[in-house]
Amino acid sequence: MELKTLTITVVVLSFALYIAIAIWSKAKSTGDFYIAGKGVNPIANGMATAADWMSAASFISMAGIIAFAGYDASVYLMGWTGGYVLLALLLAPYLRKFGKFTVPQFIGDRYYSKTARIVAVICLIIISFTYVAGQMRGVGIVFSRFLEVEIVTGLIIGMGIVFFYAVLGGMKGITYTQVAQYCVLIFAYMVPAIFISIQATGNPVPQLAFGSEMTGEGMYLLTKLDNVVQSLGFTAYTDGAKSTVDMFFITAALMVGTAGLPHVIVRFFTVPKVADARKSAFWALFFITILYTTAPAVGALGRMNLIETIQPGAVGSVAGNLEYSKKPDWFATWEKTGLLAFDDKNGDGRIQYYNDKNQDFKATAESYGWQGNELKVDRDIMVLANPEIAQLPNWVIALIAAGGIAAALSTAAGLLLVISAAISHDLVKGMLMPSISEKKELMVGRVAAAFAIIVAGYLGANPPGFVAQVVALAFGLAASSLFPAILMGIFSKRANKAGAIAGMVVGIVFTLSYIIYFKTLNVELNNAEHWWFGISPEGIGTLGMILNFVVAFVVSKVTAPPPAEIQELVESIRIPKATT
Amino acid sequence: MSTNSNHANYWKANLKLMGLLLSIWFIVSFLCGIVFVDELNQIQFAGFKLGFWMAQQGALYVFLILIAVYVRGMNKLDKKFGVEE
Repeated sequence: MELKTLTITVVVLSFALYIAIAIWSKAKSTGDFYIAGKGVNPIANGMATAADWMSAASFISMAGIIAFAGYDASVYLMGWTGGYVLLALLLAPYLRKFGKFTVPQFIGDRYYSKTARIVAVICLIIISFTYVAGQMRGVGIVFSRFLEVEIVTGLIIGMGIVFFYAVLGGMKGITYTQVAQYCVLIFAYMVPAIFISIQATGNPVPQLAFGSEMTGEGMYLLTKLDNVVQSLGFTAYTDGAKSTVDMFFITAALMVGTAGLPHVIVRFFTVPKVADARKSAFWALFFITILYTTAPAVGALGRMNLIETIQPGAVGSVAGNLEYSKKPDWFATWEKTGLLAFDDKNGDGRIQYYNDKNQDFKATAESYGWQGNELKVDRDIMVLANPEIAQLPNWVIALIAAGGIAAALSTAAGLLLVISAAISHDLVKGMLMPSISEKKELMVGRVAAAFAIIVAGYLGANPPGFVAQVVALAFGLAASSLFPAILMGIFSKRANKAGAIAGMVVGIVFTLSYIIYFKTLNVELNNAEHWWFGISPEGIGTLGMILNFVVAFVVSKVTAPPPAEIQELVESIRIPKATT
Repeated sequence: MSTNSNHANYWKANLKLMGLLLSIWFIVSFLCGIVFVDELNQIQFAGFKLGFWMAQQGALYVFLILIAVYVRGMNKLDKKFGVEE
């Protein structure tokens, strides 16, 4: 079958599966809609959490980011997994014991304040919309790349599918489609990774191939990669260019942000027991780690493959570089999509790929007769082109398309659901119309989900520069606002209403201002010289979190302690057994 | 033993386990993977520099083990103090 037909068939089959699951798991009550009736098996919930968590960016872009940033990309690997340790130990079991529907609801009840609940809803909406816009964009891009439709058309198809199962099935529908989506995406990721590992090193396990010797060369992959990238003027692959302070702060912001993201936290509300919430966190990280420990292997192997293709001979020798006319087939395929672009600056008909931004390397490059880097490589190619580089059959390529769409849809659906729950349960039921019937609330939830999908779709089609830039910064916002309020709500009986509100407001305002200042208002100043303490906007959430804690602590100290029944509430969420 | 002091002891045991596990969490990621990465990179095993491996692989495996230990430890504590659901 022709590739395009095959891809469409695989993608349509996966959609049919998701829709069938949605019909089977239709939500009948608000409990089903918000937290899947607390009936999800902890292993299934772990799988659903993994799919919810791993977005289009994890699936398509992460290996490429690692390929080009080398050691520096470790911030993502450690940050996006280490957060689960915080979730499992500090938040998940206690929030499950609390046993309500949403994160703002916990903050409102624990801090006996509607104001605190509204502040939490605002933080949640800022965080989730910045994040979801990026996902919808991802859905559109995957569609347009693999199925050759316009981004907007792809976006509308994606919105339609999410609309169907999120609006109909609520959390219950989302959970079971996410389980299916995890299976699709992990299979699609691992198959090409295993094949390129075998080709390069003879070892089928990517995690081991990564530290093995290259087939027939007697040299370790990473040693060779370090040597060759340095000879082209890049920083050694296993060394970093980022400062230690910045690495530290970014990693912390990503970890804490992960633990503070509402769509992740709420997944732990869906299991039957407190012990299941802990167990579920283990399984979530287990399923995530399979992909996250494979990605660095894919990154290193992909970079090596790329360089060996472009630079088959000695660096600096005239015949060392690939003649453009002799490029491999996959090169031509991806050139058409614009992910690879060649510009023959020195007119020699050969491709030179090197770091032309390195001033120390300039003289060397000129002595080779090179007049600038001639190859533009989009980082996404590391995953997308893998099956072709490894000469795998067409069905594997089709699978990658289905996997990328599964990753984007599952994350988008999870985010849309927490947004709709915040609107229908926290705003409408919690504040505006407390006496609303369950049936009506469920209806409001569905309308809110539909509305959120339309807004997200719009943002995906017309991404304001600001939103596109802050997607990765949603973590900093979560770290600096919700995480400290929840944590202190569980671990400090003294933390009170005034402290929590002041802390959240200071945390998110500080972090958002710093990000907007450097990312939007003064882009030219966005470098280590101008950053506070050398902390980039990506890492500033950690400082925002510290500020939040300090403010909340001091304000709580100087104002009245929480009432006795709140202190009892804190006692009760710390103990798994129901206290009467 | 009153319910209150039983709960207080359970909470103390929980905090102790948590403190231990979070210290390891901090050491493997922030110390091994970031602060002392250059020192650890002097050590080579198979095709990896140790510091680099910790940051891209090792820390992740340790995280998983930490949660596994916590799950088992807490299940035991829940039983010991009679507070399981």
